Amino acid sequence: MGRMKFLCDAERCIECNGCVTACKNEHEVPWGVNRRRVVTMNDGVPGERSISVACMHCSDAPCMAVCPTDCFYKTEDGVVLHDKDKCIGCGYCFYACPFGAPQFPNGPAAFGARGKMDKCTFCAGGPEETGSAAEYEKYGSNRLAEGKLPLCAEMCSTKALIAGDADVVANIFRERVLRRGTGAEVWGWDAAYGGGERKQERKREGQS
Amino acid sequence: MSTRKLKSITLATLAGTALLGLAACSEVPQVTVYEQGEYRGKADTRPWEGGEFKGDRAAWEKALKERARGQNEYNRIQ
Repeated sequence: MGRMKFLCDAERCIECNGCVTACKNEHEVPWGVNRRRVVTMNDGVPGERSISVACMHCSDAPCMAVCPTDCFYKTEDGVVLHDKDKCIGCGYCFYACPFGAPQFPNGPAAFGARGKMDKCTFCAGGPEETGSAAEYEKYGSNRLAEGKLPLCAEMCSTKALIAGDADVVANIFRERVLRRGTGAEVWGWDAAYGGGERKQERKREGQS
Repeated sequence: MSTRKLKSITLATLAGTALLGLAACSEVPQVTVYEQGEYRGKADTRPWEGGEFKGDRAAWEKALKERARGQNEYNRIQ
């Protein structure tokens, strides 16, 4: 097995927030904690784009690198998980994560009062007995052990959010892009920092 | 106590004081050496070990792969 990854197709995401709701409901995530959220760029402007963001289960996860209690681990399938019993709620992982994935039940409180960190588990539970009440209470349901994919991706109505082995996910996206003849350009530098006129502007600035 | 003995005691005391006083002037290493951390939490079972797959990794991988491929609607409409 390779690496488990999420991929959100910005051409398809309609900002319905169904993935957010599904995640909240499946894991009974406490109030104030959002393991997944939908981010919209250029909201209200024609051509706006939305993507669903959660823990991206990085290959070289910065949260793992900064954790002072070493409570993070990576499964054989590339899913980044953590042991809540070891977590001291310091918040280092929150500062290190480029996606804002780590969440704290008590919100922005003082050190030691934030509570145990909570984040997307790729529906893979945590270091408790598979399917046990303790696992569900701390980490949510373990769909991966049931041979299922994360619920957010499985119930996505437009199949904008896809999950699974990186190879399979990449193949689905590649086929889509080839069929519709558009989409790959919405990723990368230009999508993040502006293409077209802004790119020309940057070029002019560079020349002058 | 002879003067010679007193002198040697004074000298030893002064040398000791100087040694203690200069101890803080030594160079302190300022380069941090980062150590690779290791997971210190509880061990977790692998997804195919517990539950319905009962250790059959191949069956689990097959189930997950089929599920992942099912996300491609082009497969379903063909």
